[in-house]
Amino acid sequence: MRRRPSRGRKAADTAVRAVASLAALLGIGVLALILAEVARRGAPALDGAFFTALPGPPGVEGGGLANAILGTLALTAAATAVGVPLGLLAGVYLSEFGRDTRLGAAVRFCVNVLMGLPSILVGLFVWTVLVVPFRSFSGYAGAVALALIMLPVVARTTEDMLALVPHALREGALAVGAPRWRSTLIAFKAARGGLITGVLLAVARVSGETAPLLFTALNSPFWPRSMSEPVANLTVTVFQYAMSPYADWQAKAWGASLLIMAAVLTTSLLARTFARERTR
Amino acid sequence: MTTSRHATAAEPERRRPRPWGDPLFRGLAAAAAGLFLLLTAAVFLELVRGSELSLAKFGPSFLWREAWNPVTGDFGALSSIAGTLISTLIAMALAVPLSLVIALFLVELAPPAVAKPVGAAIELLAAVPSIIYGMWGLFVFAPFMADHVQPFLSARLGFLPLFQGPPMGIGMLTAGIILALMILPFITSVMRDVLKMVPPVVKEAGYGMGSTVWEVARKVTVRYGARGMAGACLLGLGRAVGETMAVTFVIGNNHRLGASLFDAGNTIASALANEFAEAADPLYLSALVELGLVLFLITFAIQGLTHVWIRRLERSAGRGF
Repeated sequence: MRRRPSRGRKAADTAVRAVASLAALLGIGVLALILAEVARRGAPALDGAFFTALPGPPGVEGGGLANAILGTLALTAAATAVGVPLGLLAGVYLSEFGRDTRLGAAVRFCVNVLMGLPSILVGLFVWTVLVVPFRSFSGYAGAVALALIMLPVVARTTEDMLALVPHALREGALAVGAPRWRSTLIAFKAARGGLITGVLLAVARVSGETAPLLFTALNSPFWPRSMSEPVANLTVTVFQYAMSPYADWQAKAWGASLLIMAAVLTTSLLARTFARERTR
Repeated sequence: MTTSRHATAAEPERRRPRPWGDPLFRGLAAAAAGLFLLLTAAVFLELVRGSELSLAKFGPSFLWREAWNPVTGDFGALSSIAGTLISTLIAMALAVPLSLVIALFLVELAPPAVAKPVGAAIELLAAVPSIIYGMWGLFVFAPFMADHVQPFLSARLGFLPLFQGPPMGIGMLTAGIILALMILPFITSVMRDVLKMVPPVVKEAGYGMGSTVWEVARKVTVRYGARGMAGACLLGLGRAVGETMAVTFVIGNNHRLGASLFDAGNTIASALANEFAEAADPLYLSALVELGLVLFLITFAIQGLTHVWIRRLERSAGRGF
C-alpha cells in the first residue's frame, strides 16, 4: 500500500488506453466504411433485370447478371458435392485412425500446406491438369478448383470437431458390439453443430473466390448450359466489369460485389449460430 | 495411446456378420487422407512440369533478371518477386501493430458489452472476399490516395526517393495498404483468441501488485502470448504473400522495378491474374507457371515455418512460456 501508481505511470496508462481505443476505432471504422461503401454503390444496381436478364453487349446499358448468379450457385454446389464428402472422410481418418501415426502426421502437414496454398495457385494447378489436356476452359475445372480449396478446410474442422467428442461415447458404442463406422457416425452426431459450421464456412469461403476461377471456369456472357464449357460466375464478372471502361458495367460490378458480400456474410453468420448451438 | 485402446476394443466386432464394413470404411477414410499427400505432390510436380520450358531457357537467372518481354520472349521474375515481398512488407508493417492494438483493446480495455459484438464483427470481416477489397481499393481508395495521401507524402517526405513520382493513386503503396486492410481482421481475430487464452490468474497477479492496465498488458499479457501472436503473424503473412484480387486491382501491373512506392508494380499473383488467360505463346505461359512455382516455394517455406512454430508451441503449452 505504500507505493501507489505514480502520476507518470497513470498518465502513461491513460495515454495508451486512449491511443489503443482510437486505433481500434480507426481500424474497425475503416472496415465498416468499406462495407458501407459497397452497400451504397451496389444497391442501385440491384434491380429486377439484374436477377433475371443476361448481360448486354459491351457499352450498351441494361441487362443483368442472372447467368453469373446461376453459374456461381452451380459451381459452388458442384464444389461442395465433391469437396465436403472427401474432406469429411479425410477428417475422419485424421481423428479416428491416424491420430498418432506417421501417415496421419504427413497428411496433417499436407492439409496445412494446401490450406495455405494461394488460391491462384490452385487455379494454376487445375489449369495444368484439367484445362490443358481437354483444350477448353470448363465449369468442371472451376468446380474442382473450388473443391480443392474446400477440402483442407473441411478436413481440418472435421478433425478438430471429432476430437472434441469424448472417447467414452465411441467406446460405449464399440462395447455393445457396434462396428467402427457406426461408432464414428455416433461421434458425427455429437459433433453435428461444429461440422455444419465448418462446412458452411468452407462454402462461404469458396463462393467469394475469384482467383481460382480465372483460368478454369473463366466467364461467359451466356446461360450456363453445360459444365464442360466456360461457366459465367459473379466474381470473375466483377473483375472484368470493374476493369472495363463502361460506367454501366462498373455499376453492375458494384451490384455483384454487394451480392457476393451479402451472401458470404449471411453464410458466415449462419455458421456462427450453428457453432453456438454446439457449445450449448 | 488412445488409438491402441480403440484397436483392442474394436477386436471382437470383427466376428460380426458384415466383416467388410469396417475395412471398407477405414480404407475409404485412408484413401481420402492419402489424396492430400497426392495433391500436395501433384501441385508441386505439375508446376515444375509446366515451367520446364522456362527453366531450361533461363535457368536460375530467372530469379534475378528484370526483363519481362512477351514479344521477344525474354522473361525474369525479379520485379514480381520484389513486388510480392515489398507489398507484403508494407501490409505486415501496417497490419501487425494495428491488429495487436485492436486485440489488446478487445481483450483488456473494452467493456464486454463492446468487446463481444466488435470481436464477432471482426471475425465476420475476416470472411469478406478479397475481391470486395479490390473493388473498394480501385474505385474509392486509389482516388483518395491520388488526391490526398500521395501529394501529402511527397510534400513532406518527397526528399526520399520512396515517395517521389506522380500521384497516380494505384501502385505499390496503395496495394500494400489494401492488403493490410484485408489481413487486419484475420490477424486480429487470431491474436484475440491467443490473448484470451492468457489465464486470468496471471493477469490478476499483476493487478494485485498494483500494476496499471497498460503495464499488465505489456508485461504480462503480451509476453505470455508472444509466441501465439507470432504464429498469428505467420498465418497473416501466408495470406498476404499469395493474395491475388485485392492486389491485382490496384497495383498497376508493371514489370519495371521502380524506386518509388508510388510506382506501378506487380506481384507474382497479380501477374498471373492479369496475364495468364491472355498468354498464348508456350514460353510465355511457361514463364508464368514458373512464377507460380516460385510463389509455391515461398508459401511452402512459410507454411513449414508456421508448422514447426505451432508444434513447438503445442509442446510447450502448459509450461506457461
